Amino acid sequence: MTRSALLLLADTRFPAGTHAHSGGLEAAAAAGRVHDTESLHEFLEGRLHTGAMQAAAFAATACLADQAETIEELDHEYDVRLVSPTLRQTSRRLGRQLLRAVRATWPGPRLDLLAGLSGNAPGTSADAVDPGDEGKSPAPAVSSTGGPHHPVVLGVACASAGLPADDAAACAVQGTLAVPAHAALGLLGLDPYEVAGVLARLAPAADRVAARALTVARMAVLKNDLSLLPALGAPLLDLAAEDHATWEVRRYAT
Amino acid sequence: MPRKEPDAQAQAHARPESRGTKAASAGSAVPALRLGIGGPVGAGKTTLVAGLCRALHGELSMAVVSNDTHAGEDAELLEGEGVLEPGRIAAVHAGCSPQAAIRDDIAANLDAVEALEAAFAPLDLVLIEGGGADLSAVFSRGLIDRQIFVIDAAAGGRTPRKGGAGITDTDLLLVNKTDLAPLVGADLEQMRVDAAARRSVAPGGVVRDTPLPTLFTSLAEHPHAPAVADWVRELIAEHRASVAP
Repeated sequence: MTRSALLLLADTRFPAGTHAHSGGLEAAAAAGRVHDTESLHEFLEGRLHTGAMQAAAFAATACLADQAETIEELDHEYDVRLVSPTLRQTSRRLGRQLLRAVRATWPGPRLDLLAGLSGNAPGTSADAVDPGDEGKSPAPAVSSTGGPHHPVVLGVACASAGLPADDAAACAVQGTLAVPAHAALGLLGLDPYEVAGVLARLAPAADRVAARALTVARMAVLKNDLSLLPALGAPLLDLAAEDHATWEVRRYAT
Repeated sequence: MPRKEPDAQAQAHARPESRGTKAASAGSAVPALRLGIGGPVGAGKTTLVAGLCRALHGELSMAVVSNDTHAGEDAELLEGEGVLEPGRIAAVHAGCSPQAAIRDDIAANLDAVEALEAAFAPLDLVLIEGGGADLSAVFSRGLIDRQIFVIDAAAGGRTPRKGGAGITDTDLLLVNKTDLAPLVGADLEQMRVDAAARRSVAPGGVVRDTPLPTLFTSLAEHPHAPAVADWVRELIAEHRASVAP
């Protein structure tokens, strides 16, 4: 509907906090699994058919949903698909940060669909630490887990921006690939033209994955059964994410 | 020809009003003052944060957000000295672009600041330490109220002359490690002249009546950063007066 809104939302410079994440690439690079454009291509292909497909299906469904109950159920379905606690928390953090940006860019009643999910207002619910525990609780105040999951926010954001569900799916796929690709530039010093070339070569496959995600999303909505949405884990990434979170020195949050 | 600006100081102080988030997020009548501390790697940002915590924690309720890649070490330093309680120091990761996290995309830092403000309300002062970056890496006005830029005198006497928003437009420029300057042949007097010159012209060529302030210190010799602490006390007083009913 509005192509410029899609480009703005899909831009890696859209201020929603993704620049601080490597999508597992920092851990993969340190382990030597990604070291050149060839291995980056393989890594991204893996992301495309797992995390990107899953996120795209959820984003498209969230874009189609017009009931708060559906959004809540969707958020729960996504939550149980994330095995790694670190990645679960990260998805909620990025969802919260995207929502902050979208409230400033495309405010509207559609965003109220997310109101039922905890952590919408920073400083309330899961963000707050009981004042009685102040000084005693060793838990850092900012390790909050509140807020809706990122693909859910993305889908609702697209709806709020007047974008259709296929754009939501495309945007989710693009984001899942762009994050590690950019981190590869920073961490490995790869040739930016070659990295852009990798993303361009993946573009037709990315479009197909987005189209398939949209089909699945439509089916789930039609049959009123969100459990039909894909559950595509990547065990090595889950394990690596848990390990990465314990590193003493790291550039990226994940 | 540069235009003359009659009320430069007042205008500089009016800038933070553009930050629209603080009133809504803080749980007290007077929202915490958010103070950014930026500067290149090794200039002494963490040392300054530690110094300010030592100097001010008795009189102010404080919290720290660190964008350091090794934030855990900062936390240990401050908590180990018993200066700040555990949990009052939050780490934010900045990817490979430290300036992005404090300037272009402040989401993660805002998230951390607001969570600290909620958990330890009411806070008087939140220090946000940026990751080491270049001379143009200043904080977004959407994230902080005021900012200090720290440079290392021993890293080269020409730094103030090179400009960059960190040198020219920050609320306080702190030239640290003055004790080492003679060892590397850095001329402190020349730095003082250069800094004053750079900091006397606002964007657009507007000449300020008084240059933005610059302080010279050696945090190794003055670990409680007394001069900077006094500057912060003035800020706090001014901040409280500005939001008082």
